[in-house]
Amino acid sequence: MKKTMSKTTKSNFITYGMVIVIYAIVQILTATGSLSSLFKGLLVPLCIYVILAVSLNLTVGILGELSLGHAGFMCIGAFVGSFFSKCMDGTMPDGLRFFLALVLGAAVAAVFGILIGIPVLRLRGDYLAIVTLAFGEIIKNIVNVLFVGRDAAGFHFSLKDTMSLNLAEGGEVIVKGPQGISGTPKDATFTIGVILILFTLIVVLNLINSRDGRAIMAIRDNRIAAESVGINITRYKLMAFSISAGLAGMAGVLYAHNLATLTALPKNFGYNMSITILVFVVLGGIGNIRGSIIAAVILTLLPELLRGLNDYRMLIYAIVLIVMMIVNWSPKAQAIMSRYTPKNLLNKKKSAKEVN
Amino acid sequence: MSFISYLINGISLGSVYAIIALGYTMVYGIAKMLNFAHGDVIMIGGYVVFLASSSMGMSPLLAVLLSVVVCTVLGVTIERIAYKPLREAPSLAVLITAIGVSYLLQNVALLLFGANPKSFTSVIPVPALTLANGALTITGETIVTIISGIVIMICLTTFIKKTKAGQAMLAVSEDKGAAQLMGINVNGTIALTFAIGSALAAIAGVLLCSSYPTLNPYTGSMPGIKAFVAAVFGGIGSIPGAMIGGILLGIIEILSKAYISSQLSDAIVFSVLIIVLLVKPTGIMGKKINEKV
Amino acid sequence: MKKYSKLLSLLLAGALVVGSFAGCGGSDSSSDSSASKADSSSESGAADGEVFKIGGIGPTTGAAAIYGQAVKNAMELAVKEINEAGGINGYQIEMNYQDDEHDAEKSVNAYNTLKDWGMQALLGTVTSTPCIAVSTEAANDNMFLLTPSGSAVDCVAPENAFRVCFSDPNQGMASAQYIGENGLAEKVAVIYDSSDVYSSGIYEKFAEEAGNQPFEVVSAEAFTADNNKDFSTQLQKAKDAGADLVFLPIYYTEAALILGQADKMGYDTKFFGCDGLDGILTVENFDTALAEGVMLLTPFAADAEDEATQNFVSTYKENYGDIPNQFAADAYDGMYAIKAAFEDQDITPDMEASDICEAAKAGMTEITIQGLTGGEDGISWSADGEPNKSPKAVVIADGAYTAM
Repeated sequence: MKKTMSKTTKSNFITYGMVIVIYAIVQILTATGSLSSLFKGLLVPLCIYVILAVSLNLTVGILGELSLGHAGFMCIGAFVGSFFSKCMDGTMPDGLRFFLALVLGAAVAAVFGILIGIPVLRLRGDYLAIVTLAFGEIIKNIVNVLFVGRDAAGFHFSLKDTMSLNLAEGGEVIVKGPQGISGTPKDATFTIGVILILFTLIVVLNLINSRDGRAIMAIRDNRIAAESVGINITRYKLMAFSISAGLAGMAGVLYAHNLATLTALPKNFGYNMSITILVFVVLGGIGNIRGSIIAAVILTLLPELLRGLNDYRMLIYAIVLIVMMIVNWSPKAQAIMSRYTPKNLLNKKKSAKEVN
Repeated sequence: MSFISYLINGISLGSVYAIIALGYTMVYGIAKMLNFAHGDVIMIGGYVVFLASSSMGMSPLLAVLLSVVVCTVLGVTIERIAYKPLREAPSLAVLITAIGVSYLLQNVALLLFGANPKSFTSVIPVPALTLANGALTITGETIVTIISGIVIMICLTTFIKKTKAGQAMLAVSEDKGAAQLMGINVNGTIALTFAIGSALAAIAGVLLCSSYPTLNPYTGSMPGIKAFVAAVFGGIGSIPGAMIGGILLGIIEILSKAYISSQLSDAIVFSVLIIVLLVKPTGIMGKKINEKV
Repeated sequence: MKKYSKLLSLLLAGALVVGSFAGCGGSDSSSDSSASKADSSSESGAADGEVFKIGGIGPTTGAAAIYGQAVKNAMELAVKEINEAGGINGYQIEMNYQDDEHDAEKSVNAYNTLKDWGMQALLGTVTSTPCIAVSTEAANDNMFLLTPSGSAVDCVAPENAFRVCFSDPNQGMASAQYIGENGLAEKVAVIYDSSDVYSSGIYEKFAEEAGNQPFEVVSAEAFTADNNKDFSTQLQKAKDAGADLVFLPIYYTEAALILGQADKMGYDTKFFGCDGLDGILTVENFDTALAEGVMLLTPFAADAEDEATQNFVSTYKENYGDIPNQFAADAYDGMYAIKAAFEDQDITPDMEASDICEAAKAGMTEITIQGLTGGEDGISWSADGEPNKSPKAVVIADGAYTAM
C-alpha cells in the first residue's frame, strides 16, 4: 500500500514539475526574446485549454460520465467574469478585480454545475451526453439574446434588444446580445495562467487521491457495488461535476480577459468547443491527467503550426486526429507499436512475454 | 387557422429530422456508436445529386440512385478504415474518431466544391397540396418526405424482424460476443448496418436539400445534431421512436418560434428535450434495460 | 505495453508538430501560396528586394468561409494588378493571408503569425467579432488596419483602424430612411439573424429609426445560426401581420431560402435588404425569378455597367470561377485604398510598421478613391475610421440589378 501511494505521489510531482519546467523554459525564452509573436499569443490560450482538459477529465475520466456541455460552463464563467470586470473597472485595484472575477466566474459556473447536476446525473451514458450538449446550446442561445445595461437607476435586463432596456440618458449597455461584451480589460497573462493550471492540478489530483476521490472512482467502476457499500452516489457525483464545472468557469474568465471581445459564437462556446476539449481528454488518455495536459498543448498548437499548409490545414488536422485515435486504440496498431518500443528492441525475448 | 398552418410547417420540418434520425438510430442501435459523421454523409449525398442533376444533366431518379450508391460505398469505407480497428476500444474513442471523420468530410467538401452555397433544385415532382381555399398549403416535398419516412420505417422494421440478416443485427446489438459464438459474422453485420445507414443518409440528403434548397459543406452538420437529438428524444435505437421524435422536434421548434420567441427557440427545444428525458430517461419509445450486477 | 505505444504516438504527434514548425520557419516567405505568387511577380519589379508586406485575415474554413475566401481572392487580384502596374511608390507588395475560422482567438493567432512574418499593414479581418479582437491587438502594436467588411461599430474603435464597408447602424438608418422617404410601405416586417452581429446591428438601428418614419414595424422575428433552414414561421407571422414589405438585413444564403419559402407559401410581398443580399443572383443554380422585385441598398452590384466593375468581375471569374460578392469588392477597394494612402504619404517599405501606421492614418483622411463600391462620388474617410460613400438602391428586374 505504502509503495503505491508513493508511486502516485511521485507521478503527481512529475506532473507539477513538468508544468513548472515548461513555465521556466518559456520565461527564459521570453527573456531572451527568442519567442515568436504567435507563440507568445498562444501561451494564455494554451493555459485555458489545459485547465479545460484537466477539469473535463475529472468528469469523464474520474467520474466516468460523458459531458458534451463543458463549453457551456466555460461560457458562464466567461460572461460572469467579464461582466464583473466591466462593471467594477476602476473601482478597485486591477489585481483584486481580476481575482474576484475569477472567483465569481468559477463560483457561478459551479452553482450551475450543481443546478444542472441534480436532475441530470440521474441519466446515464449517451443520455447524459445529449442533455449536457443541450444545456451548452441553451446557455449559448440565451447569452446571444441577453442584453444588460446600466444607468443611474441600476441594472436593466432584456431578452429582446437594446431599446427595450429603457436606459436613462448616459446609460451604458454592457452585454449587447450577439455582440456580447467588448472591451474587457486584458488581464490574463501566462504567469496567471500557469498559477491557475497548478491550482487546477492541486484540486484535481488531491481529490483523486483522497477518500472522496476513491469513492468517486468506485462509482465509476461499479455504481451498484459502490451504492451497496453505502457510498452516497448523488453527493459524490455532484461533487465531481460541480468542481469540474467551476474549474471550467475559471478557464472561461481567463478566456474573457485575454481577448478584447467576448461573444457566444458556435465556434467558441458551442458544442464544437465541448467536443474539442473532449478530444484532448480522450487522446491524452481517459483519466490520465498528465496526458490531458500534453494532448491539450499538442492539439492546440497543431492547427497553428499547420498554417503553412493553407487550405489543407484543417484537412490535415482531421486526418491526424483519426490516425492518432487509431494508433492509440486499435489492437493491431498496438501490436505493431509494441514491437518497436525501446525496451523491446533491446530485449526482444523478455518483451515478447510481456505482450502475451 | 394559423395554428394549423404552423402545425403543418412543424410536421414538414420534423419529417426531415425524422428521416435523418432513422439513419442515426439504426447505426446506434446496432453498432452502439454515435456516428457524428452521419450529417456529413448527408451533405455528400446532397452534393452528388446536385452535381449529377445540375452539372451532368442526369435525370433526378438516376441522380438519387447514384447518390445512394456513392454514400453506401463511402459509409462502408469509413467504417472499414476508421471504425473497424476500434471495435474493442472504449466508445469514447470511437466517438472522437467519428468527429474526426466529420471534420474530414467537411474539409474535403470545402476543397472540392468551395464555400459558395449552391442552390439545389428540388428533385421532387409532386405538386403542393392546397387546402381550405388556399389558406393552407402542404408542399410536395413534405408529402414525399413523410411518405418515404413511413415507408423506410416499415421496411427497416420488417427487415430486422423477418430476415436472417436483420435477426443477425438484432443479435449483434444485444450481445456481440454471444452473437459471434452463434456463428454470426459480426463484422459483416456491422458493415451491412453502415451500408444501410449511409444509403438512408443519401435519401435524407436528397429530401433535406429538396425542402431547404441550399447546399454548402456545412449543410449536414446542424440538421445532423438536431436529428441526433430527435433520435434520443424518441428513444435512441428505436426505429419508430426516431420517426416520432423527429416529427415532435419539428413541431416543438416551429410552435415555440410562433408562440413564444423566435430568438429563444433553440433554447426552448433543448429545454423540452431535457424535461422529457428527466421524466422518461430512455426517451419516448426507448426500452428500459435492467442492469445486472 | 499500451503505455509505450501511447507515448510513441504522442511523440509522433509531437514530431509532426515540431516538423511543421520547422517547415514554417524554414520557408517563411514562401509558406503561403498566395505570398509566393505575389513573390514571383515581384522579383522583376523590385530590384533592391524591398517589398511591402501586407497581411490579410479572414475565415477560409468553417461556416463563414465564403466571406473570407472572397476577400482572399479579391485581395490577391488587387495585389497582382498593383504589382503589375509598378507597385506602391515603386515597391512591390507581398501578401500573406491567414485563416481565422471566424473565431476571435484564432484571429489573434493569425495576427501574431503575420507579425512574425513581418507584416507592415493589415487588410482585415473579414468578420466583425474577430475584427474587434484584432483591432485592439493592432492598436497596442500601432499597426495600420483596414477592414474590408468588419461592420460592427467597435471594429474601428481604435485610432489605427479604418473600414471599407458601411457600419451596421449606418445601414439600418439608411434603409429605414429610404423606405420611409420613398413611401415603399406602411407595414414592415423584419426577419433577422439574432446570433449574428451584422444582422442584429442593422436591425436595432432600423427599429429605432423606424419610429421617425411614416411606417410601422409590425413584426420582427429572429432566427439563429443553428436554426437557419426553416423560415416558414417568420414568414407566416409577417403575412398574418399584414406586412407589405419584409426587411431582410441578412446574408444572401438565408435570403435565398426565405424567398423560396415565401414563394411556396404563396406570400407575395416586397423584400428589401442591405449589402448582405448582394450575391443572391449569383448563387449557383438559383432561380432568379424568385428574387424578382427585391430591392437592396448596396454599394456594389456585380453586373453594374461601368468598366471597372466589369473588368473586376470578369478577371475574378476567370481566376476563381465564381462571381465576386460585395466582400470581394470591399477587399479590392481596400487594397487600392491602402495604395492610395501609402502613395499620398510617400510611405516606403523600409519604414517601421508603427511609422507606416501613423503616416497611413493621415493618408486615409486625405484620399478619395473611386473604387468598385464608391458610387459616383467615390469613397473618402474620416479620422474615426468610417467611410463616406453613398449606398446605391437597386432593384432586381429580369434577373439583373437595375438602379432605382
